[in-house]
Amino acid sequence: MAYSDKVLDHYNNPRNVGSLDKGASNVGTGIVGAPECGDVMKLQVQVNPATGIIEEAKFKTFGCGSAIASSSLATEWLKGKTVDQALEIKNTDIVNELSLPPVKIHCSVLAEDAIKAAIQDYKQKSSVGVEAAVQQA
Amino acid sequence: MKLPIYMDNHATTPVDPRVLDAMMPYFTTDFGNSASRNHPFGWSAEEAVEKARKQIASLVGATAKEIVFTSGATESNNLAIKGVAEMYAERGNHIITAATEHKATLDTTKRLEKEGCRITYLAVRADGLIDLDQLREAITDKTILVTVMYANNEIGVLQPIAEIGKICRERGGLLHTDATQAVGKVPVNVNTDNIDLMSMSAHKMYGPKGVGALYVRRKGPRVQLTAQMDGGGHERGMRSGTLNVPGIVGFGKACQLCTDSMAEESKRMSHLRDKLKDKLMAELDEVYINGTMEHRLPQNLNISFAYVEGESLLMGINDIAVSSGSACTSATLEPSYVLKALGAGDDIAHSSIRFGLGRFNTEEEVDYVAAKVIQIVKKLRELSPLYEMVKEGIDLSKVVWAAH
Repeated sequence: MAYSDKVLDHYNNPRNVGSLDKGASNVGTGIVGAPECGDVMKLQVQVNPATGIIEEAKFKTFGCGSAIASSSLATEWLKGKTVDQALEIKNTDIVNELSLPPVKIHCSVLAEDAIKAAIQDYKQKSSVGVEAAVQQA
Repeated sequence: MKLPIYMDNHATTPVDPRVLDAMMPYFTTDFGNSASRNHPFGWSAEEAVEKARKQIASLVGATAKEIVFTSGATESNNLAIKGVAEMYAERGNHIITAATEHKATLDTTKRLEKEGCRITYLAVRADGLIDLDQLREAITDKTILVTVMYANNEIGVLQPIAEIGKICRERGGLLHTDATQAVGKVPVNVNTDNIDLMSMSAHKMYGPKGVGALYVRRKGPRVQLTAQMDGGGHERGMRSGTLNVPGIVGFGKACQLCTDSMAEESKRMSHLRDKLKDKLMAELDEVYINGTMEHRLPQNLNISFAYVEGESLLMGINDIAVSSGSACTSATLEPSYVLKALGAGDDIAHSSIRFGLGRFNTEEEVDYVAAKVIQIVKKLRELSPLYEMVKEGIDLSKVVWAAH
């Protein structure tokens, strides 16, 4: 199977590989997929609580080249977006950007799921944080 | 050293130049039909076919008359299994095979199952070999055929064919073996291995594609088959169709070269294979060999690099031609059923790479391949959330995954 130039570029030079402190209150972590299915994505966002803007995004992916490219692209797109804007990223946007063939669409779905899971984790943590602050006051 | 490097010799092999030289005249000057009985064109073609038949028979300890030419091992498997099922239908309808057989066998037995045969699929142990006691127990008075491959095309393990053949002799039932990967690589002898039917293919042993053979035993017992194709009654009535004379000549030459060089070549192949294995295992942790190393083709290394997905690894080593058991590289999007049958778990199948060494690989190539694979596996593990989790001390089997 031939890969698109953009998939190859992300595979050869993956953006934002790494991990953020998953214990930090302003970091949201999403882990989706399963090893027996052949792909697992971990995507993390670090949010500025004052502005709601994603200042840092990191990923690690176990999966095929298209899965790696989808999550690498997702981290690029996430940076600078607000958490609500981040939720508007659709898997079809990733499919179009990377020219993914039909058999690789599930990679983009997984990336969208990873974004949602990371944002949800952040939101949960920050609402717990707010409640804790309210209780303390 | 030339790139890309070909290390996928279980898929196919290049034609040996000596084989091609032997074939060439039979396309143009000696183009006759071997069935033409009344002119020199036919005679010279027939003579060439009979010489090849002897060369093939001699590699496997058979007699020339026991070799039936086909288009390849898929056809040979079909002819053997369906041909026996039809011919011996009155004696019984039970066939025994193994879970790790090639699809050419499994799809054939599945069809027979629909047509009323009873098929037993023997499980394999973690080492990839069948359990002989299970085989003994599975044989009944209705068992007409046991079909077990000689060497596995993915993991290269060698089934104990001689012992399987002995059990078949004692308990009844013919033994067919798909020896496509074994013939020419390891010593195969239809008599000492107690084989009644055996499938072979030229293109796995440096011969041309599109030609193969079925060995059909003529004495002790005399095996009969129902032909699967109607026509001119070629090949003792078992396989009609004008013979592929140049292909057959090439097949014969390829067999003769294997007869001459097997001992030496097999030593060289194990040396290179072991070097590759040792280098990979010295530099990388959590590397698992699939199938037994003890009973294995000297050309084969099937290895899983845990926490790295196979297709992404292939993408990184794109100047090396190998194959993977990963779902992403298969047409069905299912991971290798052979590796699953070993009980290794789907994650190990997704992480597997099959190296198939061959006659034309060099030591320099092996060194290059080892270095490249090590480099890419390390890179992909940096990218792998699973490797990170394991290094943090998380037991992946206890994690609840959001499967999709």
